[in-house]
Amino acid sequence: MLSKRLIACLDVRDGHLAKSVKFVNTKNIGDPVAKAREYYVDGLDELVFYDITASSDRRKIILDVVEAVAEQVFIPLSVGGGIASVSDATDLRLAGAEKINVNSAAVRRPKLIAECADAIGNQNVVLSMDIRRVTATAKIPCGYEIVINGGRQPMGIDALAWAREGEQLGAGELVVNAIDADGTREGYELKLTRMISESVRIPVIASGGAGEPSHLYDVLTTGKADAALVASMVHYGDYTVSGLKRYLHERGIKMRMSW
Amino acid sequence: MIAIVDYDAGNLMSVKRACAKVGVSAEISNDPRHIRNAERIIFPGVGAAGSAMRSLSKVGMGVALLDAYRAGTPILGICLGLQISLDHSEENDTQTLGIVAGEVRRFRLDDPALKVPHMGWNAVNVVRSHPVLDGVENGDEFYFVHAYRPVPANRRDVLAESTYEGAFCSALGRGSFVATQFHPEKSGRVGLRLLERFAKWDGNA
Repeated sequence: MLSKRLIACLDVRDGHLAKSVKFVNTKNIGDPVAKAREYYVDGLDELVFYDITASSDRRKIILDVVEAVAEQVFIPLSVGGGIASVSDATDLRLAGAEKINVNSAAVRRPKLIAECADAIGNQNVVLSMDIRRVTATAKIPCGYEIVINGGRQPMGIDALAWAREGEQLGAGELVVNAIDADGTREGYELKLTRMISESVRIPVIASGGAGEPSHLYDVLTTGKADAALVASMVHYGDYTVSGLKRYLHERGIKMRMSW
Repeated sequence: MIAIVDYDAGNLMSVKRACAKVGVSAEISNDPRHIRNAERIIFPGVGAAGSAMRSLSKVGMGVALLDAYRAGTPILGICLGLQISLDHSEENDTQTLGIVAGEVRRFRLDDPALKVPHMGWNAVNVVRSHPVLDGVENGDEFYFVHAYRPVPANRRDVLAESTYEGAFCSALGRGSFVATQFHPEKSGRVGLRLLERFAKWDGNA
């Protein structure tokens, strides 16, 4: 059977590693290539780069980072942030990214998902969703709303409906990023993650809120996620990739334990 | 020198980079003459069987691969490269190369908890020893991404198995052809070691 995956997310700004709290106050915390290499050697299952400078003209910087990492890191590599066209996606693929994460641009123009799926294959298109908790209404019956532009712009779109639409359009995987939990280290949004995971047939990656190993355990069991994404937990040296995997493995979660 | 077959079936750079990492030079080629004369060949690929077969036929690459196989050139198929080495695929109801007898079927996945495609890390258990799989420990995990599974007609062609909705063939081999359903180029050090062994293999199983 498939193992659950531990995924580390590196936010890259101007070629440096950054970490945000609730999507603002980003600060530099190191060299993304060195970090990627360190996590790979320590048994990481998959790596995600989020380019948080994507809207400016610094596109080449992330391509250089991806290329440098792809020469040293031989696990699936996923890149997101500002991807708005098939050519953005194919440029990143050529640089060495396996998967492409689409987010805001897909909310504005859902056909982007289908276009990318046609060009690079469904399995390589990840729909990343930034989601906040709201009061359930007729328009947002699930009680969770899609937001874009790094969490600043609410879209009035029901998160569960968008997840299903993304799957229909050809996304091969979903990232459920709970922005209320992002950077808080208080745990993933279990209810949201489980609701989406039970409603689609594609894998779900839980994101936002991890602070302790038990949070990962909870989201991979109660939350029904296929993969848990971490950032702060490993970036600051509080926990190691192999230590987190061992913790989960010892509690009965199937993890890849030799590498 | 390894020739990596280019037939519009996905990103080949990751295979080339993984070869470079283990000190093997590799060249991506869409020229059937080059493939026919190569010392050894990697036949990768992601995507659909139908369009892959059309691309292969268009430039005469399918015939070149069969010629190389008959001449005893070591060939490593990866993912779709494995699947189109069999006779037939349910995907787009496609006649495929027929290097190894058998067919490719879709996972049924009646269990709603099983996600489609089979994507992620899964254990590979070697059921018949082979120089290219030498050193793979039972339970070593490799990275998979696929919705169809190979079903070789002859049990002796099955080299390794994995489990998803039951056991399926995750590596096969016949003569100088060996192939993996998983991606060694994305499978960390166990995958790189497999590529390294392929680069040294003389084609005799």
